[in-house]
Amino acid sequence: MNGLFGERKREVINPNGVEVTGLLSSEMLKMAQYKENERMNKLQTKNVNCWYSDFHALRDINMEMKHNTVTALIGPSGCGKSTYLRIFNRMNDLIEGFRLEGEVLIDNKDIFAKDIRINELRKKVGMVFQKPNPFPKSIFENVAYGLRVNGVTHKKFIKETVERSLKQAALWEEVKDKLDKNALSLSGGQQQRLCIARAIAIEPSVVLMDEPTSALDPISSAKIEELIWELKAKYTILIVTHNMQQAARVSDKTAFFYLGELIEYDDTKTIFTNPKKEKTQNYITGRFG
Amino acid sequence: MINNVERAVRTRHIKNSVFKWGVIAFTFIAVLPLIFILYYLVQKGVTSITWAFLTHMPKPVGETGGGILNAIVGSAIIIFMACIIAIPFSIAIGVYLSEFPKAGIANWARLSIDMLQGVPSIVIGIVIYEWVVKPMGGFSAISGSIALAIMMIPPIAKATEETLKRVPAGLKEASFSLGASYYQTTMRALLPAAMSGILSGVILSIARISGETAPLLFTSFGNPYLSANITKPMSSIPLLIFNYAISPYDEWQKLAWGASLVLIIFIFLLNIITKIAERKWKVQY
Repeated sequence: MNGLFGERKREVINPNGVEVTGLLSSEMLKMAQYKENERMNKLQTKNVNCWYSDFHALRDINMEMKHNTVTALIGPSGCGKSTYLRIFNRMNDLIEGFRLEGEVLIDNKDIFAKDIRINELRKKVGMVFQKPNPFPKSIFENVAYGLRVNGVTHKKFIKETVERSLKQAALWEEVKDKLDKNALSLSGGQQQRLCIARAIAIEPSVVLMDEPTSALDPISSAKIEELIWELKAKYTILIVTHNMQQAARVSDKTAFFYLGELIEYDDTKTIFTNPKKEKTQNYITGRFG
Repeated sequence: MINNVERAVRTRHIKNSVFKWGVIAFTFIAVLPLIFILYYLVQKGVTSITWAFLTHMPKPVGETGGGILNAIVGSAIIIFMACIIAIPFSIAIGVYLSEFPKAGIANWARLSIDMLQGVPSIVIGIVIYEWVVKPMGGFSAISGSIALAIMMIPPIAKATEETLKRVPAGLKEASFSLGASYYQTTMRALLPAAMSGILSGVILSIARISGETAPLLFTSFGNPYLSANITKPMSSIPLLIFNYAISPYDEWQKLAWGASLVLIIFIFLLNIITKIAERKWKVQY
């Protein structure tokens, strides 16, 4: 078995050591990959503690998220949910005095390991921010930015990718005739969808969203929510939100953070209908926070 | 009681109008000499500005006519080279100061820039004379450019720093989140967003140095002939004004007035270009 198929076989051996035997057609590979995704955790944190200088921002967070799911992080302001979100693309590293202990795994690889290249990591983990932050460049250049900084120069490829990303972000129809216009001329909702298109243009496998609709009007928010639901088929999505209904609508799982601790993490339905902890109950019914 | 209130209101009104008219009067007094200088320059210089004045060489003493072509070409070359030297350094300093505002060297750099801004231009000329002109063995246009470049660094570095500080942090985060390196983020996201501020800093610094005479006296020296050799002395408008204005010949003094007006018009145009550039490349965040 170490002969001809040796290389390919290794791909489908999952970490639990279950082997896929027989002929390895591409169908089977796909199936195996799918099953593997089902079993494997896409994102995982083990005993993660974070500090901003002296402030203990996250305490012993243990969580795992599967591929192709949407996980909502909820909790009052300052509870650490944004900090938690930002450890997956190591955005917190930009902040002076930030320190992390514990293990953060993406596809079972520790992203804080020494040999991890931070640029490569961020290519795999896209991010959408609270306030739409397009570059003051043309719409086209905004989406192409990620490709260009990652060394893509093939013009046709860039053009196709920009078009595909804008279509995925449900923005293509609105901007296809004005791709060379400045991105800042778009409305807030359009800008945010542009930022989503920009994030997915480099084909990440994880998309982090930090309150993506809090600066938008209800109609734009609804569009983004719809989009999140569609993007789930391709990406693992983590979303921080202050909007309880939004969490209930878009997510498969919900995590409730309070004062840097993970209070409860369960299926969204369970969290919103039958929470196990009193604090969660109080928060989702609006009694505090 | 009512009387008191009325009186208080009246005093307030009086104070108000006194203050208002005071401000207007002082502004007017301050602007007056400026207007007077401009008027005087135009009156004296406008008669000598003709096409021939801009495209001909100066004539020997005793002959009428003649132009300042050598000075215009010289100024253009010296200023252009000064820009090439100063702009990369200044922008690098500005980027460094805004990115690492608390770093050890940053404080020293900021202090040096502030000091440099206050150093009299003649001192810069003398220093460059010691450091460049003497080792090179003679006056040269390039040494003049270096002297002017040193004078350009503080305003451009300051403008770069201030504009970069105003670029929202979101842009930087967005760039990093797409896998861009530090260098790419600076070159492709931050500097383009800060373009208008940097550009206006550059243009204003050009406006500032284009009238400088003192640092050129010991460096590019001046040259009565048309020259494009940067290792040899070269004429420039401020030098020509200086030399001709102190000469005893009416004809030359007239040329100096004309050259002054050309310089003022040039600076005026630069200011207008700055305004246009600021409006055109203005970044709304």
